[in-house]
Amino acid sequence: MTENADLIPFRPAAWDKKPFAITLNVGSSLANKTGAWRTERPVYVDRMPPCNDACPAGENVQQWLYEAEEGGYERAWQKIMLDNPFPAIMGRVCYHPCQTACNRAKLDEAVGINAVERFLGDEAIRQGWTPPPAAPPTGRRVLVIGSGPCGLSAAYHLARLGHAVTVKEAAAAPGGMMRYGIPAYRLPRDILDAEIDRIAQFGVRIELDARVDDPLLALADYEAVFLAIGAQLAKRAYVPAGESARILDALSMLRSVADEQPIELGRHVVVYGGGNTAVDAARTARRLGATDPVIVYRRTRAQMPAQDEEMREAEAEGVRVRWLSTIRYADGGQITVEKMRLDEKGFPQPTGEFEELPADAVVLALGQEIDRSVVEHAPSIDVVDGTVSVDRHMMTGHPGIFAGGDLVPSARTVTEAVGHGKHAAREIDTWLRGTVPTGAHRPPLAGFERLNTWYYSDAPATVRPQLDAARRASTFDEVVGGLDESTALFEARRCLSCGNCFECDNCYGVCPDNAVIKIGPGNRYTIDLDFCKGCGICAAECPAGAIDMVPEET
Amino acid sequence: MPVQRVKFYQTGSFAVGNRLLDAGDRSVQADAWRTNAITSGHRACQGCGEALGARYVLDAAMRATGGNLVAVNATGCLEVFSTPFPESSWRVAWLHSLFGNAPAVASGVAAALRSQGRTDIRVIGQGGDGGTVDIGFGCLSGLFERNDDVLFVCYDNQAYMNTGVQRSGATPPAARTATTEAVGPAPGNSFGQGKNAPLIALAHEIPYVATATIADLRDLEYKVTKAMGMHGARYLHVLVPCPLGWGSAAAATVQVARLATESGLFPVWEGERGEVTAATPIRRRVPVEDYLRPQKRYAHLFGPEVRRDVLDRLQAIADRNIARFNLLPKERQP
Repeated sequence: MTENADLIPFRPAAWDKKPFAITLNVGSSLANKTGAWRTERPVYVDRMPPCNDACPAGENVQQWLYEAEEGGYERAWQKIMLDNPFPAIMGRVCYHPCQTACNRAKLDEAVGINAVERFLGDEAIRQGWTPPPAAPPTGRRVLVIGSGPCGLSAAYHLARLGHAVTVKEAAAAPGGMMRYGIPAYRLPRDILDAEIDRIAQFGVRIELDARVDDPLLALADYEAVFLAIGAQLAKRAYVPAGESARILDALSMLRSVADEQPIELGRHVVVYGGGNTAVDAARTARRLGATDPVIVYRRTRAQMPAQDEEMREAEAEGVRVRWLSTIRYADGGQITVEKMRLDEKGFPQPTGEFEELPADAVVLALGQEIDRSVVEHAPSIDVVDGTVSVDRHMMTGHPGIFAGGDLVPSARTVTEAVGHGKHAAREIDTWLRGTVPTGAHRPPLAGFERLNTWYYSDAPATVRPQLDAARRASTFDEVVGGLDESTALFEARRCLSCGNCFECDNCYGVCPDNAVIKIGPGNRYTIDLDFCKGCGICAAECPAGAIDMVPEET
Repeated sequence: MPVQRVKFYQTGSFAVGNRLLDAGDRSVQADAWRTNAITSGHRACQGCGEALGARYVLDAAMRATGGNLVAVNATGCLEVFSTPFPESSWRVAWLHSLFGNAPAVASGVAAALRSQGRTDIRVIGQGGDGGTVDIGFGCLSGLFERNDDVLFVCYDNQAYMNTGVQRSGATPPAARTATTEAVGPAPGNSFGQGKNAPLIALAHEIPYVATATIADLRDLEYKVTKAMGMHGARYLHVLVPCPLGWGSAAAATVQVARLATESGLFPVWEGERGEVTAATPIRRRVPVEDYLRPQKRYAHLFGPEVRRDVLDRLQAIADRNIARFNLLPKERQP
């Protein structure tokens, strides 16, 4: 209050310093602390974006998009690698629940997160980016059984934590269902090999043709064992068939293609089932020369578990579907199907109407089961409803033996398996260290209603280029193309940053009282509570919904 | 709409700042070192649109003139809440005389500077709608007529808010004020009275006239910068919602201004020498109800019974603005 010293009247000495006719010095309104008016204060919050919330692998999608928005592609990729070692694979085979949850879908179209991830993954392979270095060695040894997405994810995360990891794989090549289940037109093998090689380079020892029959014996050499052998056995269903009928299962057919010794199927191929494997089988049959592959499914499209996107691509390639049908009899060259109808509960019931279809081969795609032989020596490991039981720490009934992926109850997607691997790695790490796991902090969801969408530019989604249907029907070339740098950048910038400040300066700009202090790039803002009157304009005009108004304590 | 493949900046120029833009393309308000021409501690109400608008305008003018700026202020809220003796919120050279003479004082300051050869120092006159549209209107018209080198800015909150919300020549039809109460068969301010000050200014054929709101910062800064790059009489009319007088939530100040333009009731345009040269298209059109309903000064239109007849007349005004200023160009219509 030094300036008010001049306000004492009749100080002629001070007058000399002032301009003509000015008798009093001016004080600043900064002396008036208007913060005293406030009944509510703005508080910056960080909410859970729906994309992160939906990601089975627990990726921090919004954060890596933020890096990509600035063109920081390697930083973005490094952020993905903290949660998921397969960005290029994810960008091809993930069913992107993030995009299903994306708030931008309510504005125009969801952000093409999956396409950006693929761009980042491909850039990493092209430029040879390497993941952040692992923690110092702990001297502990962990065995991972199975080199599918779950096993490799667990191995990578355990290696990051400093443990010595060995992966044992029964097959001649690593990758599990990524190699033997997913056709090359969805996941090119050079991409698969590159991302698996990177994990090996990172220090994970992968032994091939190394089937493990008894995981309990392995505990002599390793301090923990992680079972990730998947569900590799095709489910069988009894189909009455004549002697000359050709019935095989989808897994062995897909595997034969992966081994480059494809099974001869003939021109008329019928696939029985309604999941993604059925669609993969039908599309693969088309590429092996089937003129009109037909999927026979008992229910309707609404109930079909296969992804819409893949069904669309399959239909564009000439795959047909017979809804509400079951195979009653199969014989050489043809099958008999019975039409079904749905009862009140939505279950298919036979109608007694029959029809014949030409069929040189019938491919069964009715789901997969786990191979129980690996756990038959371990009575302490329970198998319930066809899957291995684990506790919430992903440990089986046998201490030190953990399990994940398709072997345990799961949605049975690649991404879910990767998420299991990460989760298991953390649990194994805390178990090895004898510490208590710290649960991840999950803030409340950033819903669409919190956003002020006025501030986002109008931007339609970039359409991912696709090879034309004619070409893809005859080769195993990749079907869905990638984004180039400019389109990937465009797509990343469509992110709304739901629930988290992205430093748009709106709060700083719209405050009538200059009570928002801009700290500088990366450091966001703070509220000057000396002057904030609590009007709430900052919260109302925050595009991302990252400011809450909180009542002052009285 | 054509797909924009590269130059996409997430929030474009809608938000105040944008880290993806080059520093030179960012707004004045995004600058951590902006003038803050009207500083903290002023006594404007919570969520005051005028305090916000004055800072937007003067900070932009300070950047445009390199800080060589004198502001002359009419009596009104802006003067009262910023300068209770002995405190001042101003960080620009600032002068206040009377309610009605601000344009004349600004003319005088400009003349004095010219006579001293200080052509580097520029002058802004500013006031509320009372001081501009009503009480100072003769002086303002004279300033325009003489083409004095002044940018006059009207912060329009559509009534005499400082003295207790009395009707001004800028109060819109049907709005309730202390002097146009919501009683009788035609409650609120009457239709067909009042002045369209920007169009009257345009009729003086002065170098530059523009309207703006606090909801479109980039547009407002563009217009201030453009005006300060010109000489002669210039007029800028800025809509600044008043939570107290309009009965809107303090937090909704920017939103209400946005709805005023998106409904068509407040057209945002600019003109030079008597001709309208550009108008800001409506981006997400809303019916006038969306703008009126959050304001208690229009509450009598929505209860106890909905005055559809009055709403239709207000909608007709919005529709006329949209047609007159071409606020929905063909390529933007769905």
